[in-house]
Amino acid sequence: MTILRSTVDASTPDYQQNRAALLAQLAALDAEHAKALGGGGQKYVDRHHGRGKLLARERIELLLDPDSAFLELSPLAAWGTDFPVGGSVVAGIGVIEGVECLVVANDPTVRGGASNPWTLRKSFRASEIAAANQLPLVQLVESGGADLNSQSEIFIPGGRMFRDLTRASARRVPTVALVFGNSTAGGAYLPGLSDHVVMVKGRAKVFLAGPPLVKMATGEESTDEQLGGAELHARESGLADYLAEDEQDALRIGRRIVANLNWHKQGPAAAADYAEPLLDPEDLLGLVPTDPKVPFDPREVIARIVDGSVFDEFKPLYGASLVTGWAAVHGYRVGILANARGVLFSEESQKAAQFIQLANQRDIPLLFLQNTTGYMVGRDYERAGIIKHGAMMINAVSNSTVPHLTVVLGASYGAGNYGMCGRAYDPRFLFSWPNAKSAVMGPAQLAGVLSIVARQAATARGQVYDEAFDEQMRRTVEEQVEAQSAAMFLSGRIYDDGVIDPRDTRTVLGICLSAVHTAPVSGAAGFGVFRM
Amino acid sequence: MITRLLIANRGEIARRVIRTCRDLGISPIAVYADPDAGADFVAEADRAVRLPGSSPAQTYLRAEAIIEAARRTGADAVHPGYGFLSENADFARAVLAAGLTWVGPDPAAIESMGSKIAAKKLMAAAGVPVLPDLSPDSVAAEQFPVLVKASAGGGGRGMRVVREPGELAAEVAAASREAESAFGDGTVFCEPLLERARHVEVQILADQHGTVWALGERECSIQRRHQKIIEETPSPAVDQAIRDRLTGAATAAATAIGYVGAGTVEFMLAADGSFHFLEVNTRLQVEHPVTECVFGLDLVAWQLAVAEGAALPAEPPAPRGHAIEVRLYAEDPAADWRPQSGTVRAFDLPGVDSGFAVPGGFGLRLDSGVSAGAEVSTFYDPMLAKVIVWAPDRPSAARRLATALAQARVHGLVTNRDLLVNVLRHPDFLAGDTDTDFLDRHGLRELAGAPDDSVLRASALAAALAEAAGRRAAAGVQSRLPSGWRNLTSQPQRVSFDSRGDVVAVDYQLTRAGLQTSTVDDSVLVDARADRVVLDLAGVRTVFAVTGYDTPAGRLVEVDSALGAVSLLTVPRFADPADRVEPGATVAPMPGTVVSVAVAVGDELAAGAELLVLESMKMRHRVLAATGGVLAEVRVAAGQQVEAGTVLAVIEPLDDGGEQA
Repeated sequence: MTILRSTVDASTPDYQQNRAALLAQLAALDAEHAKALGGGGQKYVDRHHGRGKLLARERIELLLDPDSAFLELSPLAAWGTDFPVGGSVVAGIGVIEGVECLVVANDPTVRGGASNPWTLRKSFRASEIAAANQLPLVQLVESGGADLNSQSEIFIPGGRMFRDLTRASARRVPTVALVFGNSTAGGAYLPGLSDHVVMVKGRAKVFLAGPPLVKMATGEESTDEQLGGAELHARESGLADYLAEDEQDALRIGRRIVANLNWHKQGPAAAADYAEPLLDPEDLLGLVPTDPKVPFDPREVIARIVDGSVFDEFKPLYGASLVTGWAAVHGYRVGILANARGVLFSEESQKAAQFIQLANQRDIPLLFLQNTTGYMVGRDYERAGIIKHGAMMINAVSNSTVPHLTVVLGASYGAGNYGMCGRAYDPRFLFSWPNAKSAVMGPAQLAGVLSIVARQAATARGQVYDEAFDEQMRRTVEEQVEAQSAAMFLSGRIYDDGVIDPRDTRTVLGICLSAVHTAPVSGAAGFGVFRM
Repeated sequence: MITRLLIANRGEIARRVIRTCRDLGISPIAVYADPDAGADFVAEADRAVRLPGSSPAQTYLRAEAIIEAARRTGADAVHPGYGFLSENADFARAVLAAGLTWVGPDPAAIESMGSKIAAKKLMAAAGVPVLPDLSPDSVAAEQFPVLVKASAGGGGRGMRVVREPGELAAEVAAASREAESAFGDGTVFCEPLLERARHVEVQILADQHGTVWALGERECSIQRRHQKIIEETPSPAVDQAIRDRLTGAATAAATAIGYVGAGTVEFMLAADGSFHFLEVNTRLQVEHPVTECVFGLDLVAWQLAVAEGAALPAEPPAPRGHAIEVRLYAEDPAADWRPQSGTVRAFDLPGVDSGFAVPGGFGLRLDSGVSAGAEVSTFYDPMLAKVIVWAPDRPSAARRLATALAQARVHGLVTNRDLLVNVLRHPDFLAGDTDTDFLDRHGLRELAGAPDDSVLRASALAAALAEAAGRRAAAGVQSRLPSGWRNLTSQPQRVSFDSRGDVVAVDYQLTRAGLQTSTVDDSVLVDARADRVVLDLAGVRTVFAVTGYDTPAGRLVEVDSALGAVSLLTVPRFADPADRVEPGATVAPMPGTVVSVAVAVGDELAAGAELLVLESMKMRHRVLAATGGVLAEVRVAAGQQVEAGTVLAVIEPLDDGGEQA
């Protein structure tokens, strides 16, 4: 058993500078989170309250067990787009009656809770998480349906929402819909396809077509309540299982439904007792260099997030640019892969492939701590088979079936993003620190590559290369890549599950590991052919 | 010699007698009614005989059943305690007729004092000063205010103050009904009401050989509804000259009726030092421990010795120091003394030196009828315990007793504890300025001691944090994660508590920067565990002991700290619609038995009309219509037991032409 020790010195100017830079990034992050929390703005919040209704997060707070944690997922969805930050829906993992659930709540203060393309993508991601981890899905429904201005981007892919719901049910993962307001037209299939449905008296409105459309279609005169009120569905159509007196009552019933799901974790239980890290997580802000090109020792991070700061390193002397080893987080065993000096060489790739196979043999979840500039390039490395070795690592990551959790601590460039279980490799959860950068390569490198290619083309055509244009082009490209590789930008596109305060890393991993263990944990029976 | 003593009583006094039995090697036998089956006194007795039923009439008042119990257990003597059959001459006779020793005075002496009207005549003849009797039919206007009393009464039952001539007839009738129900004798009489007078009484102990001791006076002026709650000896208003006259009168009274055993002669003492005879209690008094403490005696042991024929020494021991007793009741002084029923969840008094016995020197004595887990029912007196302190002087006694009470952990029921503490610490009490109007004059609400708002809020915050810590520790998943953690915070954790009808809303959020709350300004959380929270309140570190209980009424959280005890009922996060009371419903204000129902379905009622009468703890409460309308439902019938909050009747408002929702 090795207890990690630290060489971090909080009194150095570097530390103070790093900390100041990260705090500034966290303040910027808070400001963006505040936009998501603000929903449709004060006016619509007041109007909603004025109707005696609770906000999406007020509903969630009442639904959850008091004092339990709630991890919001994709809170920055739609950041950097024309749509409001948050995607007009709240999603997260919370505990209801002792059961970890995936909770999704429409935010009716944002255009009546209407779905835009980001709402859809965020909801899809939430169902993916629920499916992969076998978390009961509880939806708090109040949505005006599809945002008609962007219906072309919603209508056809949107069908997946209903497909996912019934497939979850088919896999015996419970689905619960608490209907607080509109859930009409296509939205009506949401309660229609859920296992358990509660509707709020006088508020829920669930029908395929409203009075105007019915009038147009058949000439029948009708009211909202006659077509799809909670009383109708509870007493006559049978679409509602429970008639709630009011919103609070719906949440009360929702909690009782979850209490009666008889839902048990199928993964191994966490250790009953464990030690907190011996080192202060506060230091995580000071040990990350402001310049992503400067690597840092991931053991300093590991020491601040794992139980008792205990980390038993695997192959410490081989492929030292990638740190691998065993630890536990909140009582759950994990195998950790962390970039130490950015670059992945052949040794690192082979070490990773072996380590991932071991974790699969032992049914141990894997934690990837990314800070990589990619696989090594150059004549010697190509000749030594870096592609082959990188492929072994990617093969192992791709076919590993133990749960993967990924945290982007810094850089995530090139195929390193793939080998270290980037988004496309379906980690169960992926979070970024605010300083994280992900792109095909660094902005300077990318601009430089473009410059070289342009220069070669000009030379080939016998033209004189315009140095001033080159300068301009490189700056523009660098700025664009810089902006598009930033954590918030990528989080806005739901390429991660959220940007987190580095000091919360252990807590976030604790929630994720606990959620992950709702499903059975079992390693892969086989991998793709390893090219030796 | 007595070898087996049947105790024809319950609760605290039964335990008191058992303690002396143990000292003397006498085997104590208990009798118990069904609600007392699990009570401490039953467990402590050597044997116990069940008296089937619940009400006193079915149980502790059934003379023949008690004598049968004595016969079956081979008891050779009966101690009646106080209340119940203790002053019932027929019972005393029946005990003697069964060949048993009666621990008390001769039945004839009981009988002579049983009628207060006759007793006053007898005392006047013996030269004891008495107040004139007023016939209820012929009280002159200038004789008001008057006091209506039950001739057979005691404990304040059937007693009423009447200030307006017009109200006399109704009050006499009501007092008579109450007396009839409590004592089986509805005779009442009137006396001039002495205002700002003190209740002073003399403890008498007489043997069968003519020796009569007068063991000083006790002052019992602090009363609620004519029931004593604080008693002490000596009285701060009695000097040696008055004491000599009082003890002389008491001795004369005892001699006049040939009294044997322990008894008490009660007087009203006016500010000018004059006093008038009230009554003789031919039994041990509730407040006997103060006399025991000051004289260093065991009065129950002497009762038994006298019953066995022993002779008293010629002179009693000399008194020393000061003793004060308080009666801790399960009742809510702030809510019209509403009796409480339910489970005593915790009952701990710090620094108790003795139980049912004279403490050795400066000390605290606890005579308790209950312990944690005890059920307090509506059938009997709601007294939980007596706390007695002996000290060299009165101020020291008052301080020690107030502090002990303030620090006591009394959980589960509302009690008069804060009232007692506030009286003991009141400047007028400390100055000895006590009389029977003390509570009225100083304001009950003031004295009842609803906790200060800042104390309430700090205690509620501590309660919320302790409960949160407890929930975290008990959580099946994510138990060790930070309490209430959020990556995006939209609101703090919120919980509300009900403190005797006032709702305290608490919010809190535990962040990396510590506790954030708007409930208490300038508060820093030092430590929070399920049973203990330490807060730094504006720079002062304060420890809160927090105990939560799941009760039928909900989650009860009791918070004890140096700021005082606060009892909080957690407001449920969700109101179950099934529990919602329909508008127009009248609910029982307290647990009790429905005595009579005055109305029928379909009756048109004005607001304030009497719906029914509820009897609880021997008091009859009229339940009135809160709103006018037509009686739609009556859900109870006479004789039915109801819990507090039970819907009794539903009134539909009269259709005023408007559409009904």
